[in-house]
Amino acid sequence: MDQKPAQKIDIDWTSCRGHGLCAELLPDHITLDEWGYPLVDGTPVPARTLKRARRAAADCPVLALKLTATGMS
Amino acid sequence: MTATFPDLHMSPRLLAPGGAPADLPTHEQRYGPLRHGDPAALLRSVAEAGLTGRGGAAFPVHRKLAAVAEAARRTGRAPVVVANGAEGEPASRKDKTLLALSPHLVLDGLQVAARAVGAGEAYLAAEEGVSYLESAAAHRRDPVAVKVVRLPRRFLSGQASALARFVGGAEALPTHQDPPVRERGVGRAPTLVQNVETLAHLALIARYGPDWYRTAGTPSQPGSALCTLHTPGSQPRVVEAPFGMPLHRLVPLNGMSAVLLGGYHGTWFPATEAAQLPLDATTMGAGVIATLPTTRCGLTETARVLRYLALQSAGQCGPCLNGLPRMAAAFRTLATPGPQSTTRTDLARWSGLVEGRGACHHPDGTVRLVRSALTTFAPELDAHARGLCTATDPTPLLPVPQEP
Ligand SMILES: Cc1cc2nc3c(=O)[nH]c(=O)nc-3n(C[C@H](O)[C@H](O)[C@H](O)COP(=O)(O)O)c2cc1C
Ligand code: SF4
Ligand code: SF4
Repeated sequence: MDQKPAQKIDIDWTSCRGHGLCAELLPDHITLDEWGYPLVDGTPVPARTLKRARRAAADCPVLALKLTATGMS
Repeated sequence: MTATFPDLHMSPRLLAPGGAPADLPTHEQRYGPLRHGDPAALLRSVAEAGLTGRGGAAFPVHRKLAAVAEAARRTGRAPVVVANGAEGEPASRKDKTLLALSPHLVLDGLQVAARAVGAGEAYLAAEEGVSYLESAAAHRRDPVAVKVVRLPRRFLSGQASALARFVGGAEALPTHQDPPVRERGVGRAPTLVQNVETLAHLALIARYGPDWYRTAGTPSQPGSALCTLHTPGSQPRVVEAPFGMPLHRLVPLNGMSAVLLGGYHGTWFPATEAAQLPLDATTMGAGVIATLPTTRCGLTETARVLRYLALQSAGQCGPCLNGLPRMAAAFRTLATPGPQSTTRTDLARWSGLVEGRGACHHPDGTVRLVRSALTTFAPELDAHARGLCTATDPTPLLPVPQEP
């Protein structure tokens, strides 16, 4: 019962400038499209990746990448 | 400009009869007094009625009312209610017609909504130009005074987060929706944005109850909806029709090759398929029904619309900013008879790249239009690839602003 809700990667498209740093930090979950913007697979971030995902969020130069709880719209 | 024949398909619920605007005494005489029931009972009525939003997404109204009320409880902030009369869709006339003929029905609905969620502020947002709304609002003794705000004429102005921002004093641009407007909208307060037609129905449900509401429509899609009908050679008409009514009874389909349902974020259907379809909340969007005669080119019409949609992108989100202009240009190529090289596969790829990757649903609506055009006009696409076009009349058909 003390399980935390699964986290997924959420991009604020109005902020993201396609720096692509996130794709370098999380190559298994984020690739870049032909214009340099992140393609996120949208599945929950596995526990072993959470730490790196948090780092990607903190390192995004415009703070466009966030981890949010899944299951909400 | 817009002729209204509300009595054509059912006795009119929303539009004042005779095409004359109803002032407050006329309105009160026609509908009787507005009862402000207690919020819980009201919410139950709306749920039983099965009212859905008329701004395009057909979202159940009672669920949004409940979500806003709940967010208000959680945050301790009185919500804001906004009547959305932006009608940014160029092919739609129903909201302007409703506001012109029955402004007090919309204002009643806004009060009902305010009461249901316990709102402290109420706004009516409409395009510049629709006059008398201020005076209509001023003539009433509403529990929550209504402020009329005038929106810039843009496709995106009526998108819920853009609207909430504009009401709050900023530019009418969509924002990243986390948390959503219903939790944090105008001035960061929980905000209910509801289409003006939705509110007009709400005002009638508050008066006459859910059973009355359900006497029109079908069990799964109860009620009626305002539609803007485009038939070649005549001005657009606004009519009120029950859900479930066959489309061929609303618009003549003889001599037509296709029908655009739901407007510029909508879906093209071949006329033969449309002839089998009823008026349905999931395809009708905000109620635009436009027929395309066999003499016109559906690819050219779609290319015109796509150019406009690309220009209307707020240019805030990378995929939308990069994808929509490329998709519009690609469609222009397909609309011109001649070699297509990789254009069709490019379009399919870009559609996948913009879908679901914006702060608002503008890219998604654009993709819907593109995909349905590629399917519906597949024979024309092949003809164009061979350098042929079967259309004989090059005059533009659909109303598209800002054309060169
Ligand atoms: C690009 C875009 C434009 C929109 N324009 C309008 C509009 O002009 N009027 C409107 O009522 N809803 C518009 N909407 C839908 C609103 O965001 C919102 O869902 C609606 O006003 C909610 O009211 P309803 O539930 O009563 O339909 C638009 C949505 C998008 C994505
Ligand atoms: S690092 Fe930030 S700005 Fe760069 S692509 Fe990723 S989300 Fe966008
Ligand atoms: S998705 Fe497109 S239209 Fe919507 S906010 Fe982003 S850039 Fe603007």
